Amino acid sequence: MKLVSLVVTLLLGALLLMATADFPDWGDPQSPASLHVSDYYIENSMEQTSVPNFVTSILADYRGYDTMFETTVIFCAGLTVLTLLRRNHRRQKKVVMSRPKRENQDLILTSAARMIAPMMQIFALYVVAHGHHSPGGGFQGGVILGASFILLALAYDLRTILDRLKERRALIMCGIGVAIYAGIGAGCLLLGGNFLDYGVWGKVLGVSPVEARSHGMLGVEIGVAITVMYIMFSLYADLSSGGEMDEGL
Amino acid sequence: MAEIITDIISKYNYWAFLILLLMGLHAMISKNNLVKKVLGMSIFQSAIILFYVSIGEKKGATIPILAHGHGTEQVHQTAAQMVAGFVNPLPHVLMLTAIVVGVSTLGVALALIQKIYRVHGTIEEDEILENIKE
Repeated sequence: MKLVSLVVTLLLGALLLMATADFPDWGDPQSPASLHVSDYYIENSMEQTSVPNFVTSILADYRGYDTMFETTVIFCAGLTVLTLLRRNHRRQKKVVMSRPKRENQDLILTSAARMIAPMMQIFALYVVAHGHHSPGGGFQGGVILGASFILLALAYDLRTILDRLKERRALIMCGIGVAIYAGIGAGCLLLGGNFLDYGVWGKVLGVSPVEARSHGMLGVEIGVAITVMYIMFSLYADLSSGGEMDEGL
Repeated sequence: MAEIITDIISKYNYWAFLILLLMGLHAMISKNNLVKKVLGMSIFQSAIILFYVSIGEKKGATIPILAHGHGTEQVHQTAAQMVAGFVNPLPHVLMLTAIVVGVSTLGVALALIQKIYRVHGTIEEDEILENIKE
């Protein structure tokens, strides 16, 4: 198997290396990828959406549909992991070896985690809220928020964190995150625009349609952040405990 | 000879991602352990992400964010200067979503491996195949 694999990979490598001859040079401004639609975004994104971060404006506005179903994809992934692993172990015989019981938590570890976690959460909120003007956004902020809970779960144990962040609530919040995104899009329909055409929200918010796009994006990013945060934590909780929701790793 | 060397140097980003891609592919095909296969898939994915981000690069351009946002000198530049001044934001957006899908697939794959371990008591591919034949 190793030999076959080596032959296949080296053959593919040679083919791809030959193909690189036709590729544009590193950092070439005239490369085909940069010649078509992307210029339009760089030139017009600021006037059309009043968002200086082009990446955010494309992600949440020009390609809003894509991002909405992206959020749905991670929501579905969280549900899939849950349905695969979660179990009531009265019914099924346990095959996985039981982990040794942890006695005392390490004092340095828990104190450090307790100090770092709030910093991470504040920084994550900054990343979400300032995602229009600096690098950041819903996905990134949501991952940092989720990581702060995972850090606590690693330093203490999973059960301690699950007492504070109930599994049931986490799943409801995942759904709410997706619903915020779709709700902002559907609100545009009610206000007489197209789906995810945030400009019409200006009528309600009392700002110009261009500024309303920026506000709409912020709302959407908050929905994404909520979903990503709870899904990250739920993925960790399911995978680390094998669906038992016990002490975890 | 000198031409070939400059060709290689001017396209070194493709070499870097190619090595990563082949590492991932080799791991996916040859490894017997399912977790290692999934790790190979992750490495493969990272190579694709690096490739996409690298083709959006423009020499001398900065990150795709207008400095200070509203009403500064960059807004008054001509369109051509604007386009040359910022790297292509589109690959960044596409890869941002690809990373998220990557995390989701990794999570589902690991969950499936745990499930397989519960049923077969092993995550080595050949032992699982033997188990199924019996």
